Amino acid sequence: MKDSPGLHFKTSILLLFIAFFAPLGNVLLSKGMRAIGSAQDWAPQGLFHVLIRILMSGYVWLGIACLLAFFVAYMLVLTWADYSYVQPASAFSYAVVAVLGLFLLGERVNLLRWSGIVVICFGVFIVGHTHPRTTEKR
Amino acid sequence: MLEIVFLTLIIAAGTGGELCVSHAMKALGEVHDFRPTALGRFVWRAARVGWMWIGVGMMTVAFFSLLAMLSMENVSFVVPVTALSYAAGAIGAALFLREKISKQRWLGVLVVCLGVTLVWLSRR
Repeated sequence: MKDSPGLHFKTSILLLFIAFFAPLGNVLLSKGMRAIGSAQDWAPQGLFHVLIRILMSGYVWLGIACLLAFFVAYMLVLTWADYSYVQPASAFSYAVVAVLGLFLLGERVNLLRWSGIVVICFGVFIVGHTHPRTTEKR
Repeated sequence: MLEIVFLTLIIAAGTGGELCVSHAMKALGEVHDFRPTALGRFVWRAARVGWMWIGVGMMTVAFFSLLAMLSMENVSFVVPVTALSYAAGAIGAALFLREKISKQRWLGVLVVCLGVTLVWLSRR
């Protein structure tokens, strides 16, 4: 199977893009949703009020913009790389999300959770050393 | 109980949706031109593939489930737990996308799942 020029380089760049924008989007959404609070009333009227507050939140819109940027990068990398490569390789974002959660949201991340994140990153390292494409190029 | 329902939706609908999007992207072929106009044309072509919309629909369900979970739990807990979808994703890629998953890649996926278990235990 012949690789296109710069296959590994462009795969790595887009995976870094994915690893940064996906957690940033999630953190911004989390910040927005925390400000809104949990839905206490699951009746249609109560849900409608929550929906209005979600649509009025700047953090939610910033989060959505980051997730859109992530999604375009995700679509691009999937045009040549395996899903079973991209999906675990992008798990580096778990380290990024813990750091963002710690510094932007002030969340406490205990030692066991950090250990889990380190193990996830090690798994990503193993997957990252396989070939990005195992199916035939179209 | 509600948290388990939302977590199941995040994993099942999210992974299924991503598999559909991956199938659509492979049909479009490898992108070589990354200029903004070319990217715009790429997004337009992608929007005309049926699998893309099935995938987006399923991912939308997963997205709103994620929003609900984020309003209940810490982001550093919710996001790592959703990594259980890595095991589901690898199985789906082998069965649905016919990807050849080597022993090394399976090992990596299992290590990722082990890391997720540690994150889950850190909640208690």
